[in-house]
Amino acid sequence: MEEDYALTQTQTASQVQRNLERFSGAQVDQKVSELVQFLLIKDQKKIPIRRADILKNVIKDYKEVYCEIINRASRTLQQVFGLQLVEIDTKHHIYILVSNLPRLDGENLKQDDRTAKLGLLTVILSFIYMKGNAAKESDVWEMLKKLQVEPGYLEYSRMPNTDLAEFQFQWGLRATKETSKMQILHFVAKIQSKDPTAWTSQYNEAAAAEALSHHTSAPGDAGGASRGARRRKQSAWSTSPTGATPRRLVNQQPLGAGASAHAEPSIQGSSGTLPLPS
Amino acid sequence: MATQMTDGHRRFLQVLMSHGIMEGSVARTLHRDCCEIHKVYYAHDKLDDFINVVNIHLQPFFMQIRKGMSEDDGKTYYALVNLAETEITKMASDYTENELELFRKTVSTMDAIIVSENGFASSTNILNLADQLKIKKMKKKEAEQVLQNLVQDKWLSERDGEYTLHTRCIMEMEQYILSNYQDLVRKCNICHSLAIQSQVCETCGIGMHLPCAGKYFKAQMEPHCPHCNEFWPHEIPEINRPDSQLPSSAPRERRGTSSSGTRRR
Repeated sequence: MEEDYALTQTQTASQVQRNLERFSGAQVDQKVSELVQFLLIKDQKKIPIRRADILKNVIKDYKEVYCEIINRASRTLQQVFGLQLVEIDTKHHIYILVSNLPRLDGENLKQDDRTAKLGLLTVILSFIYMKGNAAKESDVWEMLKKLQVEPGYLEYSRMPNTDLAEFQFQWGLRATKETSKMQILHFVAKIQSKDPTAWTSQYNEAAAAEALSHHTSAPGDAGGASRGARRRKQSAWSTSPTGATPRRLVNQQPLGAGASAHAEPSIQGSSGTLPLPS
Repeated sequence: MATQMTDGHRRFLQVLMSHGIMEGSVARTLHRDCCEIHKVYYAHDKLDDFINVVNIHLQPFFMQIRKGMSEDDGKTYYALVNLAETEITKMASDYTENELELFRKTVSTMDAIIVSENGFASSTNILNLADQLKIKKMKKKEAEQVLQNLVQDKWLSERDGEYTLHTRCIMEMEQYILSNYQDLVRKCNICHSLAIQSQVCETCGIGMHLPCAGKYFKAQMEPHCPHCNEFWPHEIPEINRPDSQLPSSAPRERRGTSSSGTRRR
């Protein structure tokens, strides 16, 4: 979009200052407030937020100070709500809100129809991961049926190196932001009553991903705080009844999901039919 | 008292936001848990102070954690509401313009929620309204689905095929309703908040929430209207009992056909 030029972060400090002076403080405050509400509402419904929508519905005539508005909105979301505005698609500029707060188990969050779907989603993500990060379409369809998955959780693409057109599912951007391979692995381990290390290659891969994410985690990310404690030492994870399962997807607020007590039965109910590797 | 936001406050806010509305005892448990998890100062009777801290920070954004009372059970509820008197912003993102029109008509047209004395609109009436929508008429099946969504999202609540506003909706939209429908709506004579379901004095027209009536007339053998002193013709809901909306054992004489809204089993 041509408009994007005006929106990039490359305005000089004096340009920003001049632009801000054209609009009164109160007007900009109002826009920040509207944007915060807009982001919260869209994210509550799990709709990824497109920059184009932000511009059209909120910013409108204030495009020149778009950066200032979105920065302040982002700061507010962190300070007041403990939510971080994350760009999951840098090409098309799509955002989601992710909680900064430490992941918890059995959190007292809302349960509704979505919880059942998210339970199944966790199962699917597990399936894909256990299949070596990509699963054949035909295999996944057996489980998917008529599940409608919001954009971002799963990525559907053409498999390379096949003669006939065949597609595969992989983790989407939102999934990588909201959960982790280790959490999914622990979840699989739990429903199969095994130790996560039983799947060596998946375990190693997950551990490596954990190590990497702790090095690059944002300052606000509480998960990075326990750097040393949670790495390859399986004891901290597999024996802990609370830390073991990848409940974040199910319980984390941005997904508006449900308490463990309710999510588990639906997952365990379907695990019997899952062709998971042993 | 500290006025800084802590992670305890933020977690409380996130959880409340995901629920939309939360009953008092659930909120108190959440308060305790949030403080415990994040090692924040906790006093079991200071939930309102805790919430005030959050509200101070929400104020610039025209949002507030508000405390309200359910018209059904008289219990306290907490909800995160939008104070700005704009269009129904939260709803607007979930429903089409046509569906919003149906909702508005359900709330405010003749025979609809606000106007009816018992605060309920029958599904038959609502389906008729669906047939009269300006943008596009809605078929019965579609309207029923919209109603179901509205109930699930806690804008409406349903009882025996009739619909009224959910507590969450009342808390969220009280200002909006009071200013946009001020000639149509009633306020409770006891607590002065918006009253959707109410008992109404047939002589002078003042109304009361059922739980408010229950408290005000508690244990009075001969209840009289606080405004005009006429005999109060409705069943007084008994409070402090789990089935508080059941008619009391001593039948009262009724004048005319009163629509008190007390539950009949």
